[in-house]
Amino acid sequence: MNEWLYVALFVFVGLLIPVGAIAAGFIFGPKKANPIKKSTYECGIEPVGEVWVQFKAQYYIFALVFLVFDVEAVFLFPWAVKLGQLGLYAVVEGILFITILIVGLVYTWRKGMLEWV
Amino acid sequence: MTQPTINDFHTILPMIVLSVWACLLLLVDLFIPKDRKGITALLAALGLILSLGFNLTRIGMESVGFSGMVVLDGFATFANVLLLLSGLFGVALAYGYVRRMGIERGEYYTLLLFSVCGMMLMAQAADLIIVFLALELLSIPLYVLAAFARGDMQSQEAGVKYFLLGAFATGFVVYGTALVFGATGTTSLGGIFAAASAGASTGSGNGLMFTIGAALILVGFGFKVAAVPFHMWTPDVYQGAPSAATAFMSSGAKVAGFVALLRVFSTSFPALASDMNGILWTLSALTMIVGNLIAIAQTNIKRMLAYSSIAHAGYILMAFVSYGNPQVASVSIASGMFYLMAYTLTNFGAWSVVVALEKAEGKGLEIADYAGVARKHPALAAAMAVFMLSFIGFPPTLGMVGKFYLFRAAIAGGYTGLALIGVLTSLVSAYYYLRVVVNMYMREGELVPEREPWLGFATALTAAATVALSLVPQWVFLLASTAVMK
Repeated sequence: MNEWLYVALFVFVGLLIPVGAIAAGFIFGPKKANPIKKSTYECGIEPVGEVWVQFKAQYYIFALVFLVFDVEAVFLFPWAVKLGQLGLYAVVEGILFITILIVGLVYTWRKGMLEWV
Repeated sequence: MTQPTINDFHTILPMIVLSVWACLLLLVDLFIPKDRKGITALLAALGLILSLGFNLTRIGMESVGFSGMVVLDGFATFANVLLLLSGLFGVALAYGYVRRMGIERGEYYTLLLFSVCGMMLMAQAADLIIVFLALELLSIPLYVLAAFARGDMQSQEAGVKYFLLGAFATGFVVYGTALVFGATGTTSLGGIFAAASAGASTGSGNGLMFTIGAALILVGFGFKVAAVPFHMWTPDVYQGAPSAATAFMSSGAKVAGFVALLRVFSTSFPALASDMNGILWTLSALTMIVGNLIAIAQTNIKRMLAYSSIAHAGYILMAFVSYGNPQVASVSIASGMFYLMAYTLTNFGAWSVVVALEKAEGKGLEIADYAGVARKHPALAAAMAVFMLSFIGFPPTLGMVGKFYLFRAAIAGGYTGLALIGVLTSLVSAYYYLRVVVNMYMREGELVPEREPWLGFATALTAAATVALSLVPQWVFLLASTAVMK
C-alpha cells in the first residue's frame, strides 16, 4: 500500500504547483488590462482574423502520411534497442513491418498525394 | 521469447494468404485503369477462393500458434469458411453495383479483403489482445466502406456514425479487457479461465472487477452485433451505406462478433454463467421484441432489413444464454452457429435482391416500390419470397430449421419462456416480411430490376442453398456440432 501513498503524494504535489502558481499570479499580479493583453494568446504574434477559418482539406493527407511514419519510428526504437537479444526473427518481423508501411507509401505516391496542390 | 516455428504460421495460414494478397492487390490496383476495376474485383475474389481452399484443407486440424495467441480448431475453420463465403458474396454483390452507382474504385475490394482478414483473426483469437486487434482490423475497413459513396450525404453520415459508435464500443472492449487483466493477471482466454477458477477456490479472486470486465466486453460486442439496447446505430448505418457494403457488414461483421463472443465467453467466463444468464436472457428477449416490433413501422426496405438483422441477433443470442451449462452448451452453441449460417445465406440473398432493385440516387428502396416485380421478373420475386420465408422461419427453408434447432436448444436449457418469446416474435415478423412478398406479387408497378450476371448468380445460389440445405439440415448441423465439440 505504501507505493500508492507515493502516487497520491505525487498527484497532490503535482496539482499543488500549477494551482499555486496560477493562484499566486492571480492574487499578487497587477491587473492593468489593455486590448493586446486581453487578446487570445496564439504564438506571440498578434492574432489576425477570426478563429473559425477554413483549412485546406489537403493538409489531412500530409498529416496522415506523417502520422504513419511517426508511429513507425515509435515502434522501431524499442525494436532497434533490443535487436541484439531478439535475433533473426525480430529482424524479419521488422522488415515485414517496414514493408507493409512502404506499401502504404507507394500507394499514396502513386495516388498523387505527395504532390503539393 | 520463443522463436516461431512453421507450425505457428500454419495455424493462421489462410489469413496470412489473404492479408498478403490484399496488400499486393492494393498495389496491383494502382496500375489497373479506372474503367476496368472489374479486374480488381475478380482478383479479390480469387484471393478469397485461394484462402478458402487453404482453409478447407485444414478441416479437422487443431493447433495453437504464437505462444498461445492464436488457435486453430474446428470452430475457427467453420467460422472461417462462413466468413470467406461472406467475402465472396460481398464481392459478387458489389461487382455491378458500385459501377452502376458511380462509386467504382479498386479500394472497395481491398478494404473488403482486409476486413475479412480481421474477421478470420477474430475467429482464431485465443487472447484478448488479439481479439482487440482483430476487432479493429475488421471494423476500420467497414467504417470506410460505409462512407464509400463519398458524394452521398447519407453515406457520409453512415460512415461517421458507424465510426464514432464503433470506436465507442471498442473502448468498452478495451476497458473490459483491462479490468479482466487486472482481476486475473492474464489476457489469454484459457489463462483467464484458470485464474478465475483458482481465485474462486481460494476465495482470493477479484470477483467484482472480473464480472464488470466481462460485462463491459459483452457491451462492446453487443454494439458490434447490434443487440438491443446497443442497436441505435444500425438502421441509420445500414440505410446510409451502399447496399452492397451493408450486405457484407450485416453478415460478416455479425458472424465475427458472435464468433468472438462465443469464444471469449465459453472459454474464459464459464464461472460467471450464473451472473450472465439473466443479462443474456434479457438482452436476447429485448433484441427479439424491439427489433421485430420496430421493423413493422418501416417503409424503407434497407431500414426494415436493418431492424430484421437486429431481431435475428436476438435469436442468435438465445443460443448463448445457456453457455455455462455443460450439458446443453455445445448443442446450444452448435445451433447458434447453424443459425448464423442460415442467417448469412438468407441475408445475402435478401440484400442481393435489394441491390438488384436499387436505382441511382436512392430510388427503388421503398417497400412500396417493389410492387409488380413478380410480373417483370418472376425469378427474382420468387427468390425474394424464399428469403422472406426463411427470415420468418417458414418451411422448407433454412431459417425454419435454424429456428427449430435454436428453440429446441433453449427449451433443453430450461429457457422455455425465451423460446416462447422467440416463437411469438417470429409470428409478428411474418407481417412485415410478407408485406414485401405481397407487394411484389399482388400489386402493380413498374420497377425494372438490374440484370447483372454475378448478382443474379449470388441470388440464385443463396436461394437454392436456402431451400436445398433445409432438406438435409442434419448434415449441416453435424458439421456445426463437430466444429463446436472439438
